[in-house]
Amino acid sequence: METTLPTNTDQPKNQANVKSAEMALEIKNLQKSFANKSVLKDISLTLTKGENLVVLGKSGSGKSVLIKCIIGLIEPDGGSLQVLGKNISELDDKGLNDLRKKVGFLFQSAALYDSMTVRENLEFPMRELRMKESERLELVKEALTNVGLAEAINKMPSELSGGMRKRIGLARTLILKPEIMLYDEPTTGLDPITSKEISQLIMDIQKRLNTASIIITHDIACAKITANRILVIRDGVCAAAGTFTELQASQDPWIHSFFEL
Amino acid sequence: MEEAKNTSKDSEPDDPAPQNNFLSSAKDFFLEVSLLSNFTLRFFREVFFPRYEFNELIKQCYRVGYRSLPLVGITGFIMGLVLTIQSRPTLAEFGAESWLPGMVAVSIIREIGPVITALICAGKIGSSIGAELASMRASEQIDAMQVSGINPFKYIVITRIAATTLMVPILVIFSDVIALFGSYAGVNIKGDVNFHLFFAQVFNILKFSDVFPAVIKTFFFGFAIGLIGCYKGYNSNEGTEGVGISANSAVVMGSLLIFIIDMIAVQVASLFM
Ligand SMILES: Nc1ncnc2c1ncn2[C@@H]1O[C@H](COP(=O)(O)OP(=O)(O)OP(=O)(O)O)[C@@H](O)[C@H]1O
Ligand SMILES: [Mg+2]
Repeated sequence: METTLPTNTDQPKNQANVKSAEMALEIKNLQKSFANKSVLKDISLTLTKGENLVVLGKSGSGKSVLIKCIIGLIEPDGGSLQVLGKNISELDDKGLNDLRKKVGFLFQSAALYDSMTVRENLEFPMRELRMKESERLELVKEALTNVGLAEAINKMPSELSGGMRKRIGLARTLILKPEIMLYDEPTTGLDPITSKEISQLIMDIQKRLNTASIIITHDIACAKITANRILVIRDGVCAAAGTFTELQASQDPWIHSFFEL
Repeated sequence: MEEAKNTSKDSEPDDPAPQNNFLSSAKDFFLEVSLLSNFTLRFFREVFFPRYEFNELIKQCYRVGYRSLPLVGITGFIMGLVLTIQSRPTLAEFGAESWLPGMVAVSIIREIGPVITALICAGKIGSSIGAELASMRASEQIDAMQVSGINPFKYIVITRIAATTLMVPILVIFSDVIALFGSYAGVNIKGDVNFHLFFAQVFNILKFSDVFPAVIKTFFFGFAIGLIGCYKGYNSNEGTEGVGISANSAVVMGSLLIFIIDMIAVQVASLFM
């Protein structure tokens, strides 16, 4: 929490290069197909602690599938997945559940529990931790304040707008202070101002918790703010990787088209 | 975005056009049976081990049980009343009108009460569980639970199946009792039988062997309702469209299973009694 992290977006990457041993995530030759349709053909990537990696790609290119493989929601057909030093495919149920508590996942649809209030939603991930009711409430309030929605604590998800749901979803994911965050389109469907707020929030989280993040987005403004490094997926393989400025200057018209406003 | 995702899922090629309709539907049937058996086995593998979700169980019992009382009560009353009115002429022909309370009580408690109440529960509870779970699946709430390291099968499925297994018998007994009052009202439309006499006649005829097997089978009815609702909802994969499909097939399959269980229960009970 109190680690003094550089505020500059370029610096965490440099820092990461120095301590290359601190690997948060390592994916090698990941493959996945659904009913004879090959979605991911050969994806390899690494993520160091404290790094923000933005993943770009066309709709349906398998970005969501990729991060669902990381958390074990989808079982890959081939390749290896090292998450926080553990090989996902070798973990038993308990090991997987313990690992999942260290990895946060923001769903594309926020996935709030409809039948629970915001407070119960946020308390849900903590239900297996032994802690006092008052501490729990403190954490909930803190998490809500961080996303700027402290007043929504007793609302039902159906009373919230799309942007508020996304932020509550984010608060719920962050409450366990994950070491890796996986964001699935955190800003899609939001107005530019809220989008920017969410992008700032992502940066804030990186700074405060030193989390490593994968951010899937179509929102180039969000990518510009949050990315230390960008990876472009095309036809199930990694088509390009580099910093925002590097890729923006790409000669490949297909890649360049992502960066056009 | 959601829409794009759904359509891309829908457009996925299903099995190639079936060569033989009968073979493919037989295959589907056995596939369904094996999936359902797996689901049932998983229930028994997980139900006895912690962590136990007592709070959620109580909440579901309240929802399944308490909320169904009015519906089950009203149908029970009408059931008893109508059955009595309908049976009277036949009994009167034989001059056996005094048998009316006993005969109606036996048919309600042995058969009609449990089956009608269970069917109503399949309609009310089974469909709502199916729809609820399917919409949780569609909006990724089940995935979200899994991702936060909590076993959604334990939290969602086991509590609901346990709740229906415990509550349906209570609802059936409640409905039986109300049906007897309905029958009392039915008897008194034409005749004049006082309250004490009515129930004296009922309990004179009712035997332990009428009541016991009838109550036991309602646990199986409850289990079937919860199991099918959860199975259909939990495994729904067709997005929002799957919500309607799950609710519908939960009722159809649940009702069918109730009759099958009833048939088996009659055979088993006759072995012992
Ligand atoms: N559970 C599943 N079963 C079958 N096919 C699936 C499943 N999940 C994803 N797919 C298929 O995988 C492909 C990639 O889907 P994915 O959701 O990863 O796309 P995406 O890159 O996240 O797109 P978007 O930007 O629209 O969210 C799609 O063609 C989809 O049909
Ligand atoms: Mg996606």
